[in-house]
Amino acid sequence: MWTDVVRMHPFGGHAACMRRADGDKRTTHRPLRCHDRAVLLTITASANEALPDATDLGHLLHKHPGRAQSFGVASGTAHVVYPEAVAARCTAALVLEVDPVALVRGRPGSGRRRSAPGGDGTLAQYVNDRPYAAGSLLAVALGQVFRTALAGRCDLRPDAAASPLALEITVPVVPCRGGADLAERLFGPLGWTVEARPLPLDEEFPEWGDSRYVTLRLTGNVRLAEALNHLYVLLPVLDDAKHYWIAADEVDKLVRAGAGWLATHPERGLVTRRYLRRRHAFVRTALQQLAIERLAEADDTDVDDLDNAVPVEEVAPADEVPEAEPAAPPLAKQRIAAVVDALRTAGATSVLDLGCGEGALLAALLAERSFTRVVGADVSFRALQVAARRLRLDRMPERTRDRLELVQTALTYRDARLAGFDAAVLMEVVEHVDPPRLPALEAAVFGAARPRTVVVTTPNVEWNVRYGLEPGHLRHRDHRFEWTRAQFREWADGVAQRHGYAVTVAGVGQDDEELGRPTQLGVFAR
Amino acid sequence: MSVEKVLETPRVALVVLVGASGSGKSTFAARCFAPTQVLSSDHYRGVVADDENDQTASNDAFEALHHVVGIRLRRGLLTVVDATNVQEHARASLVKLAREHDVLPVAVVLDVPVSECVRRNESRPDRDFGAHVVKRHAAALRRSLPRLQREGFRIVHVLRGADEVAAARVRFTRMLNDHRELAGPFDVVGDVHGCRGELETLLTTLGYALRRDDEGRAVGATPPPGRTAVFVGDLVDRGPDTPGVLRLVMGMVAAGEALCVPGNHENKLIRALRGRNVKVSHGLAESLDQLGRESPEFRAEAEAFMDGLVSHLVLDEGRLVVSHAGLKEAYHGRASGRVRSFALYGDTTGETDEYGLPVRYPWAQEYRGRAVVLYGHTPTATPEWVNNTLCLDTGCVFGGALTALRYPEREIVSVPAEREWYAPVRPLDADREGTAGGFALPSPASHGGDAGSGRPGSLLMAEQSVRAAAPGRGGSSPHREGLELTDVLPDGPVRVLETAHHGRVSVRAENAAAALEVMSRFAIDPRPLLYLPPTMAPCATSTLPDVLEHPAEAFAAYADEGVLDVVCEEKHMGSRAVVLLARTPDVARRRFGLGEVPDGGPDGAAPGAVWTRTGRAFLDDDLTAALVDRLRAAADAAGLWTAVAGGDADADWVLLDCEVMPWSAKAVELLRRQYAAVGAAGRAALPATLDVLGSVAARGIDVGELVARTQARSTDVDAFTAAYRRYCWPTEGLSGLRVAPFQVLAAGLADETAAPPARAFHTRDHLWHLGIADTLVAADPGLVTPTRRLVVRTDDDASVTTGVAWWEDLTGAGGEGMVVKPVANLVRGPKGLVQPGVKVRGREYLRIIYGPEYTEPANLERLRRRSLGHKRSLALREYALGLEALERTARGEPLWRVHECVFAVLACESEPVDPRL
Repeated sequence: MWTDVVRMHPFGGHAACMRRADGDKRTTHRPLRCHDRAVLLTITASANEALPDATDLGHLLHKHPGRAQSFGVASGTAHVVYPEAVAARCTAALVLEVDPVALVRGRPGSGRRRSAPGGDGTLAQYVNDRPYAAGSLLAVALGQVFRTALAGRCDLRPDAAASPLALEITVPVVPCRGGADLAERLFGPLGWTVEARPLPLDEEFPEWGDSRYVTLRLTGNVRLAEALNHLYVLLPVLDDAKHYWIAADEVDKLVRAGAGWLATHPERGLVTRRYLRRRHAFVRTALQQLAIERLAEADDTDVDDLDNAVPVEEVAPADEVPEAEPAAPPLAKQRIAAVVDALRTAGATSVLDLGCGEGALLAALLAERSFTRVVGADVSFRALQVAARRLRLDRMPERTRDRLELVQTALTYRDARLAGFDAAVLMEVVEHVDPPRLPALEAAVFGAARPRTVVVTTPNVEWNVRYGLEPGHLRHRDHRFEWTRAQFREWADGVAQRHGYAVTVAGVGQDDEELGRPTQLGVFAR
Repeated sequence: MSVEKVLETPRVALVVLVGASGSGKSTFAARCFAPTQVLSSDHYRGVVADDENDQTASNDAFEALHHVVGIRLRRGLLTVVDATNVQEHARASLVKLAREHDVLPVAVVLDVPVSECVRRNESRPDRDFGAHVVKRHAAALRRSLPRLQREGFRIVHVLRGADEVAAARVRFTRMLNDHRELAGPFDVVGDVHGCRGELETLLTTLGYALRRDDEGRAVGATPPPGRTAVFVGDLVDRGPDTPGVLRLVMGMVAAGEALCVPGNHENKLIRALRGRNVKVSHGLAESLDQLGRESPEFRAEAEAFMDGLVSHLVLDEGRLVVSHAGLKEAYHGRASGRVRSFALYGDTTGETDEYGLPVRYPWAQEYRGRAVVLYGHTPTATPEWVNNTLCLDTGCVFGGALTALRYPEREIVSVPAEREWYAPVRPLDADREGTAGGFALPSPASHGGDAGSGRPGSLLMAEQSVRAAAPGRGGSSPHREGLELTDVLPDGPVRVLETAHHGRVSVRAENAAAALEVMSRFAIDPRPLLYLPPTMAPCATSTLPDVLEHPAEAFAAYADEGVLDVVCEEKHMGSRAVVLLARTPDVARRRFGLGEVPDGGPDGAAPGAVWTRTGRAFLDDDLTAALVDRLRAAADAAGLWTAVAGGDADADWVLLDCEVMPWSAKAVELLRRQYAAVGAAGRAALPATLDVLGSVAARGIDVGELVARTQARSTDVDAFTAAYRRYCWPTEGLSGLRVAPFQVLAAGLADETAAPPARAFHTRDHLWHLGIADTLVAADPGLVTPTRRLVVRTDDDASVTTGVAWWEDLTGAGGEGMVVKPVANLVRGPKGLVQPGVKVRGREYLRIIYGPEYTEPANLERLRRRSLGHKRSLALREYALGLEALERTARGEPLWRVHECVFAVLACESEPVDPRL
């Protein structure tokens, strides 16, 4: 019986568990905080051959079924309670009371945080789903509270620990980015029967559709340690939280927990990718970026819709991007080659890359010694940061470094620093400008900066059918328009005529008799 | 015995002392100039080498010295260089520096006998060089003396002997162009080109009384009391009576009735009169012919007059600059060959256009000076203000008009040409296309390009000739001005803006960088974007149980500031929107460039705009057009244009501060991503947890506290869900959309003439504003929603109690809360600008802000420690910047002056302040 076991327990009660879970050797029972909120997970074992008495689940978890036990964890307080504990069936529930203030404090890059009430974070940090939804925080709590069980150790019931048990796991709210069937794809191959029911956002507003949460129920014959490891790794993968709620070393621990089953998992690519993304998870730390975040918030907008000059996915340094990442599409390479070729033909030695983004063209320009002065300009502070990192500015040989300059500018303002260059490139830039603002760009580039040569590339919208895009759908979310060949020609001719340039228009990429080429290229010369 | 010698030097000059070591330069400089004006090479040797006599440090010392000289000259400060300067190369670099900054180089030579210099050096222990050095200096000096003028020194003073040096005195003289003491008022007249008849008519129109000689020729004109005429040059050539114009203007100048600057035509005419070999073209032949019929005396007099003209004039304490072809700010009050050349010919690029005329650089577009620059030179159909500059040449001799500007009234007065006296090389309208406003680059160099270019017979040609025929309708030209990056980004860690109501406001570089990204990538065109709403602080934190914000705090705070009458306005839970309405599409295009396309003609865009707190379009194009049309119709029906009119004329456009509802119309993505998601997660997780805990308790295990907490949480999440639901309802097109205007920000005319081109209304009381809003509600109650209000007397307990009850009713019924504002609107208190309003948000609404469970007593206690200082300061700074933008708009200031304020509001919005406030 369990009561005997308690006496025999090597750690003698829950205070010891507290200490181990806490990690910082404090044995004080953390006071419960009234501002904490609850995340829930239940594990139910039904008696089987390996576990004749289901209440032995308490031994396997190293948590007494006759008590309510509480543990301080990084994000708040975890409680382990047993709503059911009879020989046939035993359910352990992990209730995590999240302290939202701890979340705000724990945000990486928030070293400047002042006193608690100061609150210079973003609103999303104060009103968020973490207190209710079982994502990475629950995984981390699970790892802390059930550390021994995760490792599969149980000196009292070693057979039960080593054997598959009839388990049922329920999590009422799991954030699941990518749809309910992702839960099936992730847990199914591991021997679980998966039931994932999406939660509606708001019954009163059915037009808003389902939320990103599912109610998850897993049943299967699985070793307890494996089951815990599955949850430990896959809950955060399902969550794929955009915000960075946990410390980087926790991510590494989660990855290690995949040992033994992740390598053969059919979705290991997705799991790895989401993890690596988390490890390099983009966190806006620079003052400028935090400032943009606040502007987005002031306007009830998602910051990723504003600070989107370079894709978030691609911020990992090039050498750390896993091979699974798709290579740059060949069209982008062809485009760069065509632009460089046009600059070479024009005999340009000083070149402006206007809207340089993460610097793909800059790298190609630096590779050619004939370009003795290269300026990458972008309005996005983050793009310039990414470009600097991708180009390894800090490790660049001095002679190359001397040829390159990165500047923040905006093409809707005239910028005297952009005058005096042989050539300027607007590679896939104009389509990111609202049409009413194009004349301002025109004035800044062709009127004020006025280089001898201007190379412009932009998508050919006619080609979009070849990409399987519906009419009216553009290639990128931030594209304000995409032009047909005739529209580009009209704009280019107008610009050339108004500013005294001659323009030749060509294309880049595969030629289609009817649709032309996917990229349009205009070379303006004066 | 030596006579005291007076050395004249212009107030802004580079004074180069020339003398051997020991000649007494430093003593002289210390006696005649302020210490900060004197830069000595010895001192700079010390600065760079810690040793004033370390000759190996000389190159570095001079580099540092020249750098500082450059900065001082750029800032227009008299600067004295105390070095031997006996070598030509040493002086050459200083002359070059002076020229680069367009100030006059002045040489002061101290020619003291070698023996005296040697004796002085010997008495100084730190000077260990021998007599041979001094002798070498003296020899070089002697060789230099005759060459100084040729080297470029415009003034050379030579002091011979120690006594003369000791007795010399410096007198500062005014630059010839410096007439700051003349404050006007002025009547500045554009290019006359021999059109005497039109000039006489114009002067008469301006109220001048012509004086005539025995032969009936006009020889002067008595101005209206206190006024002075100013001619921008090009009095001569092409026209029918160059001598007559000269006679009149010479008479006026001689009588002190007029000032005059020379034009390029005077310059060329002088050379022709002096027999120089000049190409007789551009109407010079007419002048020579006409002058040939005058007496030799008159010709000589005219030549002397024209020769004596100073290339530009700085008037009215530097607030007005007049030159023939304009002048960039760096050249104001300066003197050099290139300043004169700019003043006479403009900023030429060296290229010529298709008509063979010189292409001019668009200096006015880039002009950022505070001084008004009035000029002529480039014929233009209609005078248009470009960044505080105005070209007054309306091509009289080509059949256009002769134009004057009344300064400081900024009123344009114009008389049509009697006929076309001279055929233009290129049509006047082509000037509009290419060179209007003083620039010859094709005008798409400015926003939106220009309309009707080079299409004879087009509608715009007709419109322009109408405009040319009805001059006097000036107006700023925001679409020509464009913006520079330096108008918004700081060149150091901060940018400082002067505001009328809150002094200097700083914007940090990182905030400007963030604002630049949002402004340039997402905001609407800066021309209509006259304003961004400031943030608003909440009232002080209440100490009452169960609430964080309470009206009593707001009333008490205003009472403290001496504001007794406040108005409580219902706070609509929607999204802030600024609405610009133009009366007609033509107004929208002309005044704001809305719907303008590069090749001319309308593009069908809405005659108005609706934007968010960060300047983004609130709605897509179609919905914007629909909303603008509905609101314009309401404005018409409500008589809004008359209600906000400044003078006799109805307003052509109006700017309204509004709230647009429902919140979900704009923020649906945010609601789905965040608020509804939190509610959905909470409403699923908490009941499930309660279920589990119920079973646990049933087993006799004590989880009572946890159950109670979870139960409370569950209630809170339901309340949270109820709170956001109140601000959501479906919309389809305009149906379901509600607009609540609550303040008229500004209104104005399409054309900016002498009368104020626009008005701001922040000194009109809020009841007036709400009254205007009510008329719009009455006109379109289906779209426009009223703002409920209550006036409260902050020193009257009963009134305060009523106010509190009103808020309780409002928020009890699910309202967001209210805003308390001084009835009088803009108020200054003993501590400066008073908060223009404070918000008092309802208890339930705040769940959306502070989280579902903020009302838990322990949470409330923590939240009461919130700090409001930064938010309040931010609210005042943004408010002052917004008012500044409106007031600058009202004064018709250039686009960049308005935009820098609007941009600064956006930058301030990105400051790190608790977002829950």
